Order: sequence, then structure tokens, then C-alpha cells
Amino acid sequence: MKKGSVLPWLFMLPALLILAFFLVYPTLDTLYLSLFDKRSENFVGLHNYVWALTSKDMFIAFRNNLLWLVLFTALTVSLGLALAVLLDRVRYEAVAKSIIFLPMAVSFVGAGVIWKFVYAFRPASAAQIGLLNAILTNFTNLDPIGWLVNRATNNFALIVAGVWIWTGFCMVILSAAYKGIPGELIEAARVDGASEWQVFWGITIPMMKPTIAVVTTTMVINVLKVFDIVYVMTNGDLGTEVIANRMYKEMFHFRNFGRASAIAVILLLAIIPVMLVNIRRFQEQEAIR
Amino acid sequence: MKKVVSLALALAMLLPMVANAAPLRQEVVYTVKKGDTLWALAEKYLGSGPAYWAIVFATNKQAQVDETFATIANPSLIHPGWKFLIPSAEEAAEFLKARLGRQVTVLGVWGGDERAAFEEVVAPFTKESGITMAFEGTRDLPAVLTTRVEAGNPPDIAILPNPGQMVEFAKAGKLVDISTFMDMEQLKKDYAQSWLDLASYEGTLYGIFYKAAIKSLVWYSPAAFEAKGYTVPTTWDKLIALSDKIVADGGVPWCLGIESGAASGWPATDWIEDIMLRTAGGEVYDKWVNHEIPWTDPAVKKAWEYFGQIARNEKYVYGGTTGVLSIFFGDSPAPIFDDPPGCYMHRQASFITGFFPEGVTEEDYAFFPFPSIDPAYGVPALGAADLVVMFKDTPEARAFMQYLATPEAQEIWAARGAFLSPNKRVSPDVYPDATTKAMAEALTAAELFRFDGSDLMPAAVGSGSFWGGTLDYVGGEDLDTVLTAIEASAVEAYK
Repeated sequence: MKKGSVLPWLFMLPALLILAFFLVYPTLDTLYLSLFDKRSENFVGLHNYVWALTSKDMFIAFRNNLLWLVLFTALTVSLGLALAVLLDRVRYEAVAKSIIFLPMAVSFVGAGVIWKFVYAFRPASAAQIGLLNAILTNFTNLDPIGWLVNRATNNFALIVAGVWIWTGFCMVILSAAYKGIPGELIEAARVDGASEWQVFWGITIPMMKPTIAVVTTTMVINVLKVFDIVYVMTNGDLGTEVIANRMYKEMFHFRNFGRASAIAVILLLAIIPVMLVNIRRFQEQEAIR
Repeated sequence: MKKVVSLALALAMLLPMVANAAPLRQEVVYTVKKGDTLWALAEKYLGSGPAYWAIVFATNKQAQVDETFATIANPSLIHPGWKFLIPSAEEAAEFLKARLGRQVTVLGVWGGDERAAFEEVVAPFTKESGITMAFEGTRDLPAVLTTRVEAGNPPDIAILPNPGQMVEFAKAGKLVDISTFMDMEQLKKDYAQSWLDLASYEGTLYGIFYKAAIKSLVWYSPAAFEAKGYTVPTTWDKLIALSDKIVADGGVPWCLGIESGAASGWPATDWIEDIMLRTAGGEVYDKWVNHEIPWTDPAVKKAWEYFGQIARNEKYVYGGTTGVLSIFFGDSPAPIFDDPPGCYMHRQASFITGFFPEGVTEEDYAFFPFPSIDPAYGVPALGAADLVVMFKDTPEARAFMQYLATPEAQEIWAARGAFLSPNKRVSPDVYPDATTKAMAEALTAAELFRFDGSDLMPAAVGSGSFWGGTLDYVGGEDLDTVLTAIEASAVEAYK
């Protein structure tokens, strides 16, 4: 063995050991536990997976995660992009961006509590303590709405809270990419008589494509793991369950280790393809540099 | 706290030294000379500086019987001529071991006022035994406890709000059998057999009930009732008649809010349990709790329908069904005290008085028992209590358990209010007001008493699908769909 082939491994050893202990071992253990019953005593084969893929509770969780996936990702990325491009033209760009980025600094649990207050419901006869219902009842003739308990609105109410937190993050990354577009390209297009709209679709978007893809996949991974907001605001009641919250309940409240592990494995399997795409994109971007 | 830790550290270093130093075999009477310090004396005679606490203790104790000995108030201030009693090295070591750094760790759900009350309860114990309590309070007890138990780092003692969890941990072999060191004869005299049974799993006693609550109470404002000429109903039909009358008068009869964060739905489960006791009796109730009858059984369905008669009636409940689902349970009784009242009646456990708005005094509210439905079953009482269990068998934890079982430990909190004791030796006179006393009497005098069923069921049902099911039902879901879903989760959970 050549000297050069041992030394790198030696340097990597501590990191590899830590990874193996804190990442690989728990993953394998989870996989193992998912094949056992709730107290990890009897082997039950794929029983937990059958439950996860057929039960009504899990169906609701999958459905909501899909809803989150589409709406949350679309809203955070598109709003982030719009803000990045538009704020580039205002005078107080830094201030405006700081304000939009600010929710990122609030802990997710804190944000959940704040939004719970925003959505708070009181009967029409009483004073409204929720911002949204106060606006609704003071400026229109409508009755207050139970945003978090009405099945027609509660999932969207949660998603809005999530978007509020993450839009700033998308905006900052996309703004950096936008500023990286060479000015002469845009100038040339304008000289050729392109409208702003044409510049946006013909130059800005294609130039930012790799960054948009990375931000999108990051948001997708984020949304698959969504937990804090749901846990704090509705705890998955009344049809707002998501996969991660269900996993938490099965594990820590119902002490059903088998089911919780099975859900964890399914979540992992759902995230891996997105991860791979993300890594590939990242490598491509590095290669360009 | 810091002091205790540093003393414990000092003690740990000191013990071997005491053993190795030329041991002082007998106690010595010593007269202080100029230049002496307690630390130096302790080093000289006991082989270790920090052991000076033993000299202080022994001397002060001796001073109580013999005035020629000094009383050391401040260990860093001693005067020549003072007479000290220096204990033998063996006594000193024993004293230090007994006095310093002994602690019991306790995990519970209490915070704020409840926590302050509990600390007051423990204070005499600490004074007596020198054992301090490190209390950790969390509202998400199951998660914290599960994590710590699985990590092999459980608290010495946990105070569980429901016996269902005790059963789970007992099954997993994580709990200590307390009958080995508790005075069982006394416990059997102090507690009704049903309380002991509830604290046992497969014949082994794992805990003692400490703080009880009675749940079958309907709160109202006597002044508001009087103003409108309403009378307290004694049967379900009269209760419904009164509700209709209130609606006809333009009011809202019921204050009901079942939002409670991650535990949303539990107030509704209490309603259903209370109704079930009144429509089906204790035996069927037990079968239901133990899942010997399915959730789709007509007896279960009937109880839900009675509940729905009130909770799903938009005119009966404050804020309609949206209000029921949205309003925090602790805030829900507040409109009783508005002028005019936003709603008139609130069915909730004895502890709800702690949630009444500020400024509301004892004269402003009263309760009547949740009325009988089927006369065959009378007026049963539904209750709940916090169960103290032990995860680690240490002498400190044992002493703590023994202390909490005494009537004295329970009377301290009882005197503060919002506390009912399941211990028969606790005198009814300690309760601070007539309302609490009446509740304590209702608890002991009920013709039929049952523990809160959802607390006894496996968590996946009792604090899972049952809670969630009530939300779905109030939210308008079809009852059969709800019950079928709960039944599906129960089949797995009771395995």
C-alpha cells in the first residue's frame, strides 16, 4: 500500500467514526426496529409498513405532506424569486430584505405560537384577540373564522405560517444569484429592445436556473420533514397531520417503536432521491466554477 | 444549589482521606486558641478541612445541653476560649455522608403555582432529612420521560398524570416495586382499595396517588342564575330543559372549550366518560376502558350521542362548534363571569378554579354535580389523580415516597387550595374554603367512583385516537366513522 493512500484515511477517520456512530448506526437500528412490534420484542416483518401505507391516519399525513410539498415549495421559491428581483430596484434594499429575512431568526416553535395568536378565534359577540379575525370582523361584515379548526382552511393556514418563515431564506440565496448575473448581458438585451418581462424570462431565469434548482430541492427536503409548525399549532388534529408529527406521536406518546421506526424509514426513502438530485446539482455547479 | 454540588464534590474527595488519616477514635473537647481556624482543626483532627461542618454540628448540638460549649453561628468567626466538641473521625464521616449532597430528582408536569405549592410541600422534608429535591417540570411529560428512560437516565421519581403510563413503564420493567419499603398496613388504611388497585400492575404496587381531582362538576354563577330565575337541574332532562330555556332567553347555556395544545380533546373525553357512567353504569364502563366491548358498541355510541346533543348544538355552546374546537379549555369558563354572562354552565374538574379570571372570588361561583341520566346508576363521580412512581431505588427516593404518602405532606397543599387528597387520614378541615371541602366530600361520598377512563387506556387510544376522535366528532364528522377509526387503533394498542 502506498503511503499516500493511508494518510488521507487517517485524517478522515475521526469524522468517519463520528458519522458511523451518529448517523449510520442509528439509521440501521431504525431499520431493524421497524421490523419489530411496538415494544421491539417480536418480529413482525413488514407489518408496520403495511400499516403505514394503508391506514387512514397515515393517508391523511401523506396527503398533507403532498399539499405542503406543492404549495409550500411553490410559494417560498416564487415569492423569494419575485422579492429578490424586485427589491434589487428599491432604495432601501438592505432594510427591506432584513425585515423579510427576520422570521428566519425566530425559532419555529416561536413562529408557531405567534401564528396561533394571529389565527385565534373568539365568538362574534366577544372581542377578537386574533389579528386575522379582528381585521375580518372590523373591516367586513363577515363572521370570525376558526382558521385552525375549519377543515377547509387549517392546512392552508399552517402552510402560510411556514411560507412566512422560509421566504426570506429563499430570497437571500436567490438575490445573491441574481446579483451574480453579468450586467452586460441584461444591458445587451435591453439595447436590443427586450421588454422587462422578456429580460426576466429570457435571461434572468435561465441564468439563475441552477440556484433555483438548489433552493427548490432544499425546500422540498425541508417540507418533507415539516414538524414544528404543525406540532405547535394543531398537533395534527382535524385533518392537519403530517408524516413527521405522526412519527413523533407514535414514538413518544404511544410508545410504538415499530410504527415510529417504519415511518422514519419511509420518510428517509422519500428524501433520498431529492438529496441525490441536490448533490448532483451541487456538483454540476462546482464543476462550472 | 451550587453550594450543595461543591460540598458533594468536597465530600467525595474527603471520604478516602478520612479513612486514611490517623483516625480520631473518640470525640475530643477542645478549647479554641488564638490563631485557630475550624478548617485547620478539621485537618488536624479529622484529616480533612471540609469536615469542619461535623465540628460545627457536633458543637452546636452539645451547646443545647451544655451551655459551656460555644454555639457557632458563623464558621468563619470563632473566638479564643470557645469550647468545641470535635467528633470522632468515624462520626464525622457518617455525619457528612448523611448531611451533604443528598438529592432526589423529580420529573412532573407542574409549573407556576402548582410547582410553588409542591416546593412548599417538600420544604419540611428537606429540613428534616437534608435531602433536597431537584424538580423538573414539563408539559410534554411522556416525551421527556420516554427519552430519559430509554437513554438509561430516568429521574429518581416521576409524577405521572395518568396510570396508563405507569402500566406502560411497569410492563417494560422500568419501575420500582414500592411495597418492599412502604408501610403497607398504613397505606391500606389510608387509601381506598380502588386507589391501590389503580396504582398497581399485576398485583405489584408501583406508586401512590398524591393529588386528586373530581371531574363530575358543573360550574355556574349563582348570581347569574338567580337574576334569571334558573334553578340547578338534578336530572339530564332538566339540564336540557334549562339549556333550552337559556337559549329562548337569548343566552348561551354552555361554556365549552376543548383546545389544549398537544392534548386537545381531553375535556370532551371527560364529558363522554361522565355520561357513560350515567347511561351504562360502572361495569360496562370498565369493560369499555379495558376494551372488552368495542368502540362501535351501542352503549359507547349512546354516550357520544348524549355529548353531541350539547357539544354539536350550535345554539348551546359559546362560539358554536368552532368555538368549542378553538377555545383553550382554561379560558373557556371565563364568559360565565362576564356581564351579561357569555354562557352559563361549565362542566369541568375541580382544578378549573385555578383558571378562573383574576378578580373572581369564591362568592362568584358554585358547582352542582353533573346530573344523573339513568336513575339506575345514580350520580356517579369521575375523578383523576397524579401518581408518584419511582424509577431509581435510592435511599433518598424511598424517604421521599414515604414522606409524600403521609397526611402531613398532603395537608400542606390541601390548605393552599385546588387540591384534593385521596388519603383518608387527611382531615377535611384543612381545605381552605367551603367549595373545596364540598368537592372533597363529593369525592369520598360518591355512590360510584371511577377513574378518568382515557387516562387508563393505552396512550395510542386514551391520549391519541380518543382525543382526536372527539375533535373530529365536534367538527361535524359522522359518529360511526369516528368510532370505527378509534376501534381500529384500539385493536393494535391493547395487544
